[in-house]
Amino acid sequence: MRFKARVLEPAEIERALRRIAHEIIEKNKGAGDLALVGIHTRGIPLAERLAALIERFEGVRPPVGMLDITLYRDDLSEIGVQPRVRETRIPWDVTGRPVVLTDDVLFTGRTARAALDALVDLGRPKRVYLAVLVDRGHRELPIRADFVGKNLPTSKSEVVKVKLRETDGEEGVELWER
Amino acid sequence: MGALRHLLDFAGWDRARVESLLETARMMEEVLERPMKKVPALKGFTVATVFFEPSTRTKISFELAARRMSADVVGFSGAGSSLAKGESFKDTLLTLQAMALDAYVIRAPVAGMAHQAARWLTGAVVNAGDGRRAHPTQALLDAYTLLEELESLEGKKIAIVGDVAHSRVTRSNAELLPLLGAEVWAAGPAGLLPERLAGARLSTDLDEALADADAVMVLRLQRERMDEGALPSLREYVAEYQVTEARLARAKPHAPLLHPGPMNRDVELEGALADGPRSRVERQVRAGEAVRMAVLYHLLVGRAA
Amino acid sequence: MKLLIKNARLVDGSGEFGNADVLVEDGHIASLAGGDAERVLDAGGRWLVPALTDPHVHLRTPGQETKEDLATGLAAAARGGYGTVVAMPNTEPAVQEPEQVRALLDEARTLPGARLMVAAALTKNQEGKKLTPAALLARAGAALLTDDGRTNEDAGVLARGLVYAAAAGLAVAVHAEDAGLRGGGVMNDGPLAAELGLAGNPPEAEAARIARDLEVLRYAARKAAALGHAPRLYLQHVSTARGAALVAAARAEGLPVTGEVTPHHLTLTEETWRGFDARFKVAPPLRTEGDVEALIGALERGELSAVGTDHAPHTAAEKERDLENAPFGIPALELAFPLLYTELVERRGLPLPLLIERMTTGPRAALGLAPARLEEGAPADLMLFDPAEKRTVDPERFVSKARYSPWAGRELAGWPLLTLVAGREVWRDAALA
Repeated sequence: MRFKARVLEPAEIERALRRIAHEIIEKNKGAGDLALVGIHTRGIPLAERLAALIERFEGVRPPVGMLDITLYRDDLSEIGVQPRVRETRIPWDVTGRPVVLTDDVLFTGRTARAALDALVDLGRPKRVYLAVLVDRGHRELPIRADFVGKNLPTSKSEVVKVKLRETDGEEGVELWER
Repeated sequence: MGALRHLLDFAGWDRARVESLLETARMMEEVLERPMKKVPALKGFTVATVFFEPSTRTKISFELAARRMSADVVGFSGAGSSLAKGESFKDTLLTLQAMALDAYVIRAPVAGMAHQAARWLTGAVVNAGDGRRAHPTQALLDAYTLLEELESLEGKKIAIVGDVAHSRVTRSNAELLPLLGAEVWAAGPAGLLPERLAGARLSTDLDEALADADAVMVLRLQRERMDEGALPSLREYVAEYQVTEARLARAKPHAPLLHPGPMNRDVELEGALADGPRSRVERQVRAGEAVRMAVLYHLLVGRAA
Repeated sequence: MKLLIKNARLVDGSGEFGNADVLVEDGHIASLAGGDAERVLDAGGRWLVPALTDPHVHLRTPGQETKEDLATGLAAAARGGYGTVVAMPNTEPAVQEPEQVRALLDEARTLPGARLMVAAALTKNQEGKKLTPAALLARAGAALLTDDGRTNEDAGVLARGLVYAAAAGLAVAVHAEDAGLRGGGVMNDGPLAAELGLAGNPPEAEAARIARDLEVLRYAARKAAALGHAPRLYLQHVSTARGAALVAAARAEGLPVTGEVTPHHLTLTEETWRGFDARFKVAPPLRTEGDVEALIGALERGELSAVGTDHAPHTAAEKERDLENAPFGIPALELAFPLLYTELVERRGLPLPLLIERMTTGPRAALGLAPARLEEGAPADLMLFDPAEKRTVDPERFVSKARYSPWAGRELAGWPLLTLVAGREVWRDAALA
């Protein structure tokens, strides 16, 4: 793979998240009842960071959960490599709450679709939002994000690498060519 | 380690594979705790339970595990006596194979039948107990239960008590638990002990086996052993080998008590113990479902390409 | 019609004789120094040996012809280089009346294969209780008396059987295993059986029964000696080091006993059971490496002086049953010689004449037959084999109905290319121009 460009610097990620936090509060008319669910792997630190920002702005920290979508993937009967099943932990009742699903990159929409199915199996949320750091286009399903850090037009041969301190030890978003 | 194609026994397994499977089982148990106990992971897969020997519990556990993962399930039950007559064993398997199934959960009365089936079938074979040979999912659920209690099995003494010679549960545990660092003791009457069992220390002295044990596993005593002459007297067995509250005092305090079921109360163990605070028998049943879900996931997903 | 086999290297149990041109006439070896003949065959320097004798085969006739019949069994024997085979009587019904013996011999004479000899039951229905008529059976042409397929549990019956057989000039062959110790064992008893979870048949079951049978023989010999007879006991398929040692000691003492060893016990061990495959299920069971070594040593020293295949065909489907319900037995007629040539002569340096002796004169002596020698005037029971060409064992190409083999896929040398019985060609390989 060949490096092409640095797309977001750490400060820009921070700014994008702050903006998203504000938008969430605005759209939800406050932080009341709000909860965040991060999708493995990088959606989880993003959810944590958003929860911290919302707490800073609103004085209330929304609860955070983690969701693994492996068992909901639509390609399990076709793939040649076995994905590891990771932990799903949502230690609060999903039913009746507005829930923000968070992930690092929105691409085909299949992960978001699986996450929606998984989430509704856990309860009946009042409403589900989708927040992503990067939307790189090329949707294969009728899915869109409610909150986007950066819209990044890409070609299909490009790879978007999101690196977060919590998971990668460094911070930034990069564009690579396959 | 390569992908798991069949689960016949633990030959060729290493600790990493065991831990990865048990980790998946823990993820599966989370599914069982949900109000909606079902995931779509195995949608489109078909699992056959092929039982040449009756076992309601194991069959239900596997079928439930498959259904929790949205697999289709078909069942075949054939009496063991038909095996003696003709070639029904292989024919049955090949007939099922013609129906394009993905996995075969096989329970059979004779050691090696799961291996034979794996030779003939293209799908994944799960050994649900073959004669005295192996019962790998039972050992996995035992390990799962023990790890939950003891956190680690490193250096832990696990005492298995009863009809060791005829026990597939013991053979599988003697293969599996040492991979996790456990020291396995197997105790029983002289006529019900094999001359050697890799992975286990054998003893005819129950007290020696129980001394400072971190956990105790009691085996079911098959009454047909008396007819075969392998065990001279039930009275003697009960006197010498029944696991009782008093004898358990030799084990570590709170050492959990496991039993693969079904139990003969007041034969292999004192009846009250089965429902007492040490008993993990019910825990084993739920662990069994989670472990079997994990086994099906590990065998079926990632098999393509 | 005369046949000249030119340029063959001659070997029999007594030694090697270099290249010669062998003239066959009227079913006998007419000359080892060439001569005129209508047909000439160039052996191209390959080995010419006496056709082999197998004292222990199951041809399943009458009653179990789906497993084997006389035509396929005798053809398989011919293909394996055998000129003579002795068929066991554990058929349905058991061969135990003179008429049955005559009928089998008559039918075999019409078939193009190895020469048939017939063993008859020692006891009625091989139940080990009432003796069969030894003298009548001998007169009808029976070669041997045996309850093989079963064990002889009653020592008294066996002793009387040996005495009567001796009077009739016949040997008694026994499958020596103690039924009680053997129990339901399907493989060798020991740590491996314990590990695999299969019922074991202990080596002591064989040793205990051999020890008892040798005492029975001692007793019968004493009884018969008073009448001027000498009973002969033939111990089939000795499979253990201990069993072989008992036979060696008895022979050293002068007891009239012959010990047999099979190709499978000489080449396979219990380790084959790790594959859970009933092709390896046989009684007595495949033993340990130590037993194999001891058996080879005993064969070399002549303590076990006869190789018998115990060719025990079953249908492939029967051998694909589970390990308890699959029948015991290994088919070996077509492979015994190349297998033992490759494993013992080529790999371990056993002298070829010694192997030939154990596969010809050894068993013949036990049957009361003359030694097999390549000399003028001897019957033209001959076999030509190629020590160089290697072939892979492919059971699909067996003549026997039992088209499976524990040796499938093995590469062997020493395949018989031509077998003659009394000068008659009963096997000719396509490789032989």
